[in-house]
Amino acid sequence: MPTSEQTLQEIIKLAATQFKVSQEKLSPDDDFFKTLGIDSLQALDLLTKLENHFKIELPDYELQGVSDFRTLAARIQARL
Amino acid sequence: MASTKNINLNEAKTRPKAPGHHAGSALSWSSNDGVIELALHREPCNELGSTSLEELEQFATALQQMQGAAHALIIYSELKAGFCAGADLRELYHRSRAMAKAEAAKAVRDFLERIHRVLNLVDAAPLTTIAAVHGVTFGGGFELALTCDLIIADKMARFCFPELRLGLIPGFGGIPRLKRDLGNAVVRDLLLTGRSFNATKAQQIGLVSQLVGEGEALRAARATAAQLGKFDRATAVAAKKFIKPIPHDELRHEIDLFCQLFVSPAVESGLRKFVDSADTQPYLP
Repeated sequence: MPTSEQTLQEIIKLAATQFKVSQEKLSPDDDFFKTLGIDSLQALDLLTKLENHFKIELPDYELQGVSDFRTLAARIQARL
Repeated sequence: MASTKNINLNEAKTRPKAPGHHAGSALSWSSNDGVIELALHREPCNELGSTSLEELEQFATALQQMQGAAHALIIYSELKAGFCAGADLRELYHRSRAMAKAEAAKAVRDFLERIHRVLNLVDAAPLTTIAAVHGVTFGGGFELALTCDLIIADKMARFCFPELRLGLIPGFGGIPRLKRDLGNAVVRDLLLTGRSFNATKAQQIGLVSQLVGEGEALRAARATAAQLGKFDRATAVAAKKFIKPIPHDELRHEIDLFCQLFVSPAVESGLRKFVDSADTQPYLP
């Protein structure tokens, strides 16, 4: 099972690819809505990509109040 | 957020012109070689309001004329955002606020009865129906897909009954149809949590018959429709009628319950929250 840090880095990498930004521009405590300039529809697309990548199911209500990559990683790690 | 059109651009461009072709503002249809295609294209995500309903009613009339010479119907979206985000909540909110409560309740019932007539026709149509879905397939959009015999989803599709977030239940027949097709436990999960789930999960539970790569749902639906054309049509129609009952009593009960709930303060509050959201399409719970 990957470590929390590995999960976090994979999420950042996926988000960078999905939204075509440089990984270097994303940091773990960034508000991904603001940094990536995405809305809830695009956040759902990211969620789908993450679920498919990590082979998990993450109910979207678990994203309530989550806006940074580090907290998102913790939610995903809990499902691995 | 601006939605860009034509997720199925390459496939859509190969749709040949044929008799029965109709281009509306919310949807278009065509019929060729026994396959009817209904394309949804009302920005931003095919929200079902009065314009869509009128055009769906026109389609339902045309379907009854076309279906005698067809063996398959494919319903899909040309919009990148997804198959269909459900009812046009902004229209619903603004129109109901402009009316007295009793008048608004009557208008809602009228809308539901009209859309049920259309969806019941699609559900029972004497040809095999396929929903080719991608992206957001929420609420009324999910309910539209559920009228089809098969759902082919690309891996980015998500399904949801978000109605409870608005103090409502699905009103376009989703509960009876999902119960018919999958069972009560799945309905409870979706209905009571208001969560969305992805196409992989949908295939695992038997909702989605084929899971394909991103952007491939229409191509796969056309390949399936071509296969369906090889079978004796009368036999296929008889088989479908045998295995797919229309839950008329529950559908009527759903309309009644929806109308009963619609007049509660929770609904106005839920709709206002949706309309006032800074997010143009607030899909997260």
